[in-house]
Amino acid sequence: MMANMVTAINNALEQIMTENEKIVLLGEDIGIDGGVFRVTEGLINKFGERRVIDTPLAESGIIGASIGMALSGMHPIPEIQFAGFMFLGFGQLINHASRFRSRTRSTMSLPMVVRTPVSGGVRTLEHHSDSPEAYYSHIGGLIVVEPSNPYDAKGLLIKASRMNDPVIFLEPTKLYRLFKQEVPEEMYEIPIGKANLIREGEDLTIITYGTMLHEVTSVVKKKNLNADVIDLRTINPIDEAAILKSVRKTGRVAIVHEASLSFGVGAEIAARIADKAIFDLKAPIVRVGSASLPYPFPGYENYHIPNEAKISKAIDRLMTS
Amino acid sequence: MKTEIFVSKINFLRVVDENGNADESLFPKDLDSGTLVRMYRLMLLSREFDAKVLSLQRQGRAVTYAPLLGEEATQIGSALAMRPSDIFVPSFRQHGVFIARGMPMDIMLVYWRGYEEGNIIPKEVNGTPIIVPVSTQLPHAAGMAFAQLYNKTGASVLVYVGDGGTSEGDFYEAINFAGVWRLPLIVIIENNQWAISEPRSRQTASQTLAQKAVAAGIDSIQVDGNDVIAVYSATRDAILSGKPTVIECITYRMGLHTTSDDPTKYRTDSELEAWKQKDPISRMKKYLESKNLWNEEMEKKAAAEDAALIDNAVETAEKFKPNPRSIYEHVYSYMPETLKEELDEAEANNFWQGVTE
Repeated sequence: MMANMVTAINNALEQIMTENEKIVLLGEDIGIDGGVFRVTEGLINKFGERRVIDTPLAESGIIGASIGMALSGMHPIPEIQFAGFMFLGFGQLINHASRFRSRTRSTMSLPMVVRTPVSGGVRTLEHHSDSPEAYYSHIGGLIVVEPSNPYDAKGLLIKASRMNDPVIFLEPTKLYRLFKQEVPEEMYEIPIGKANLIREGEDLTIITYGTMLHEVTSVVKKKNLNADVIDLRTINPIDEAAILKSVRKTGRVAIVHEASLSFGVGAEIAARIADKAIFDLKAPIVRVGSASLPYPFPGYENYHIPNEAKISKAIDRLMTS
Repeated sequence: MKTEIFVSKINFLRVVDENGNADESLFPKDLDSGTLVRMYRLMLLSREFDAKVLSLQRQGRAVTYAPLLGEEATQIGSALAMRPSDIFVPSFRQHGVFIARGMPMDIMLVYWRGYEEGNIIPKEVNGTPIIVPVSTQLPHAAGMAFAQLYNKTGASVLVYVGDGGTSEGDFYEAINFAGVWRLPLIVIIENNQWAISEPRSRQTASQTLAQKAVAAGIDSIQVDGNDVIAVYSATRDAILSGKPTVIECITYRMGLHTTSDDPTKYRTDSELEAWKQKDPISRMKKYLESKNLWNEEMEKKAAAEDAALIDNAVETAEKFKPNPRSIYEHVYSYMPETLKEELDEAEANNFWQGVTE
């Protein structure tokens, strides 16, 4: 079927719920309203209020209750309406979801997938456009996934729903309806923890994920670059092997993400490359991110998010140094 | 138009008074003499265990510990009201609940030695591990109660929280979920009057903590938390009702918040002395003696048995040998390559050689 990311995730959820009766969805407006982005559209009609649960407005409660459900043998998939609202449940994720398995020495585990829309570029109000992947990756114990296309979104979500771990599933709002692609009707898995080499080249490596993949691809085409382009797909645990393999081949690396530049995923990747492959480098590592500040109002967001000009300039610097 | 549209009331329950006299009309019919003696024995055992851990901590053989001294009736009364299928969700002071539910004391002591292996709870104990961030266990308990409905188990979930914990957002979010979803969730507020140095009056202007349930549309009651019979009775009624309920137990933290705390800095001796007169253990003892169910000879025998049990548990717990690999091995359901590399580096270079607690 031809599907955008919303349809692909909706289709995955329907199949996951059919496959596993322990799966329930819970969140704000996910029932009759189908979620504010319509990702859960129609699921309440098929599975009923018992499995598609409109909750009170309480993000800590939603994530905390999901932890309790998972402890009692269910497999909840909570939806947090926007990434900015998820910080109200941050304590539950960091204090509990990240470490329940470890602090019980695997006698208790938390099979759950927390879905939330992330990143900007669609002129939403403040607090609707954050890119929080680094926060959730830093703690350890949370698997952090971010698809860049409908095909990966379906396969990653199916895989996440079959894992016995808490997974943070970040859905770039801008990509929900940006484009359609062929998505198989049947269930399939995209491996978690494995990056995707989506374009092969010899001269440089560009590592990215989520919204920025599309900006990067456009720059690569316009500049006719002979580049490896890596879509991380999983942020944590990071696929270091795939990164190092490419960097050792090309010797030049740019890391591009929409999240703020400082203390981010780019810093983590750059440090790993510097640690293990610095003598394979022909030029300093280049990072591109949004400005190191809280996400601005929608009127200013296009001045904040990396655009093709910023990415292009960074690549020029990489190729000429 | 202006007219009264809502009124509410909170009941207070006491069955056995400070002198051990029972109000027979309120006495739970299902309590036989064996159970009454068991209640008392478990309160004694909890207090002895508590004293032992405190002593171990002072000797450097345990980490920071939160004593339960004075709160035995609240813990044992509620724990014994549970059926085996009911699940408990503790905070960090519910050692009596763990003991009453059959948690091996040696495993508990491994926790208080500072090892995650002390959170390995045998299945039949039917509880979750200690939770330290105040009130954050409440939403878990709501989710667990939802799962009981979802799976039609008929079980209830009992969750423990202190007076300070009722000021947290998670407390309200959880009881609100319980009301909306009609969950079999029972919230035991162990109101020991103090949240470290902050008195109950600093937490809320509400006359009772029980009335917080009113806003969530669920049942509530306040009980004498130093009366083990009243706590049992209220908890058993709530469990059998299957309805979400808040039970505020009025008790007193006769000891320290934790072993890092010095209560003389913020509360008076006279307050402590007044509460010692209401001691939950001596109250139950007076009651049992008045019914010829207990005497000094039994007391001596019980003390000797408890001491032996506790010493045995300490001995077993101190045999526990930590394995530092275990901190890496249980983070995910599988070992990611990057984490394995950190583990391998530590082992290959003997970073742990000579490391002690």
